[in-house]
Amino acid sequence: MVAQRDRCLLGGLDQADDVLSAAGRSAAARRPAAASGAALAAGTARAAGPDPLITEVQPWASEFGDPVDAAPYGMPIRFEDHVVRRNVEWLTESPVSSINFTPIHALEGTITPAGCAFERHHSGAIELSKSDYRLMITGLVDRPLVFTYEDLTRFPRQSRVAFLECAANGGMEWGGAQLEGCQFTQGMIHNMEYVGVPLSALLAEAGVKPEGKWIYFEGADASSNGRSIPLEKAMDDVLIAFYANGEALRKEHGYPVRAVVPGWEGNLWVKWLRRISVYDQAVEGREETSKYTDLMPDGRARKWTWVMDAKSVITSPSPQAPIYHGRGPLVITGLAWSGNGRISRVDVSLDGGKNWQEAEIEGTPQPKALTRFRLPIQWDGSEMILQSRAMDETGYVQPTKDALREIRGLNNVYHNNGIQTWWVRASGEVENVEVG
Amino acid sequence: MSKWVEAALAALILAGPAAAEPLGLGRPALPEEIAAWDMTVLPDGTGLPEGSGDVWTGDEVFAEACAMCHGDFAEGLDNWPVLAGGAGSLQDRRPVKTIGSYWPYLSTVWDYVHRSMPFGMAQTLSADDVYAISAFLLYSNGIVEDDFVLSKENFAGIVMPNAEGFYPDDRPGIEYPKFRTEPCMADCAESAEITKRAVKLNVTPEDPDGRPAGTLPDLHLTAAGTEPPAAETSEAEAPAETVEIAAIDPALAEAGGKVFRKCQACHKVGDGAKNATGPELNGILGRPVASVADFRYSSGMEALGAEGKAWDHDLLAAFLSKPKDVVQGTKMSFAGLRKQEEIEAVIAYLAGFAPE
Repeated sequence: MVAQRDRCLLGGLDQADDVLSAAGRSAAARRPAAASGAALAAGTARAAGPDPLITEVQPWASEFGDPVDAAPYGMPIRFEDHVVRRNVEWLTESPVSSINFTPIHALEGTITPAGCAFERHHSGAIELSKSDYRLMITGLVDRPLVFTYEDLTRFPRQSRVAFLECAANGGMEWGGAQLEGCQFTQGMIHNMEYVGVPLSALLAEAGVKPEGKWIYFEGADASSNGRSIPLEKAMDDVLIAFYANGEALRKEHGYPVRAVVPGWEGNLWVKWLRRISVYDQAVEGREETSKYTDLMPDGRARKWTWVMDAKSVITSPSPQAPIYHGRGPLVITGLAWSGNGRISRVDVSLDGGKNWQEAEIEGTPQPKALTRFRLPIQWDGSEMILQSRAMDETGYVQPTKDALREIRGLNNVYHNNGIQTWWVRASGEVENVEVG
Repeated sequence: MSKWVEAALAALILAGPAAAEPLGLGRPALPEEIAAWDMTVLPDGTGLPEGSGDVWTGDEVFAEACAMCHGDFAEGLDNWPVLAGGAGSLQDRRPVKTIGSYWPYLSTVWDYVHRSMPFGMAQTLSADDVYAISAFLLYSNGIVEDDFVLSKENFAGIVMPNAEGFYPDDRPGIEYPKFRTEPCMADCAESAEITKRAVKLNVTPEDPDGRPAGTLPDLHLTAAGTEPPAAETSEAEAPAETVEIAAIDPALAEAGGKVFRKCQACHKVGDGAKNATGPELNGILGRPVASVADFRYSSGMEALGAEGKAWDHDLLAAFLSKPKDVVQGTKMSFAGLRKQEEIEAVIAYLAGFAPE
């Protein structure tokens, strides 16, 4: 019986593919190659003949689809197989201490699906169960405490949306345009809805002594990835989170518990959080001295550069999201964010920064969260040099890369929030470039 | 809602939990638990345990535990971090940021090595070993002489060369006034000529068709995208050579397990072992060279595989002794095992893991 059903299903698949392939071929034959830029203008397309996808009964309109027990936890349909995290092998020596990139060119809206939200590990993503989980609060506190996972769930909790951007996002572009695609140039970012306990509540439980000025996060993994944060920020909006996008954190994002430090660089969002200690000074651990410090032209370095300044990028069109449909209506869309608050405006330029127009902002921007912007245009099929420029509620305007280089030189590595430029060719293909 | 009301409300909400009475959740942390986890060392040396170590002991420990990535002289193999040298390079186009040239505090070295190193074997070094490694790294960077002994007592007296090289974030003072200006909307630039093109560097990961990896499919040409999932790939080809595997000596295999800790940072074996920096090693004895499907080997290793070679005892022994002599251009940065008995032990240990 099972075998028979399988055969039917396979037969259906085969048939579907024959039809699809035929439809694909005829569709391709009907229209000029979009990549040549000779596509028809809007509204003038005429079918050469009836579309078999419409006139013929398709297998999916006649046969069964998957039963409800086919995928207890679903994955995206196979046609979206290209929408995955990717890494750049030459960046690091070992994939267990490395980073991958969110396919932001292929996503819309603002929430990043956890399954393709970028990962950064310093010693691999560890498997730590809720029952083995312990969180310790030590240092300058009245009552050093140990919490179980269950203890944390008994505190009043909050939810908030926040972007997490790696301080090194765009770091490869300091010297000039280098990687083809916003997945690689701006993709060390994700945006999720978290649920957790305010850190202030946990600290109140332990009682911070008056001399306590800094808190220190440490992870349970082999890298421990310790970071110091001033007490003011800890008491302000930091969450100790255990849910993201409505479900338990994914392993690679710190299951069962991670720190959420809105607006501040991702390295501070310690995963698999096991210890919060209060000190009268910064610990000056490896990740806040030898790394995540910003070398300036005079050979000295900025430290404690936590805030991620306002930034934006056009996600489509972009090198991995070329224009296939030819001239006519085109939606330019992208993401903007600021670690200093809400996005107030995003401007888009089609001519490499000579002239700008205001893009539409989706909904009411939330502070320290990704904001979607769009600019629908009529593309005449000629070359464009696209840029976007974010402004936040403090009046900060996203600078050009050259403006940043003028102050910081070329060895800054971190915090590259400069304006991204895409060169849209008449063919619809897009390149990462810089203009001057 | 006015900004002021919003701010006041936010302050109220924040004050809520912070000012609240404790809920009585959690339990007191025991002194042994705090000692086990709270091992942070502060810049002034607070938190250091008793102990000491000299440069020459550090040299030996470093060669054993660190040199496979960082090099015998802390010079950094391949892309692994360079730990020594780089003095005076911080204004160069390619600065060399090492412990000596960049790190502001010795406490950072001690704390990090103690807590997070060696890579893949964190928290296996004794306090004395960490003092010794730290002493060796100071020596490698020309900060101390070769007769130096580092201890809890003299630790705070060490001033790192770049101790004054850092200052707190000054973007609010330097950058924000510059960038908080009304932006230009029209006729903002004379020219917008393309000055740099990423495509010329050719460093982006690519799809098989040569486009940037992950490029969205052209829906007009979807035939390729609608192929059903590929059927299970056919069984891997039989090993090119039949390899005789001798019975395993349990004591030797056990000793090999200890030696293998040097390899663990990069190679995994056992249940569910996956590729890491190096390929997984289940069933390595008898396995055709360069045959793990989803691992990217060096061209030298690929060539050896193409010759039909398999990892028999002798080839493995030779490779473990001097990897770079046996496979030209191998990606394995490990310098090799010096002792023949260690090589035999590791082979015996690996022989116990069947292919999965």
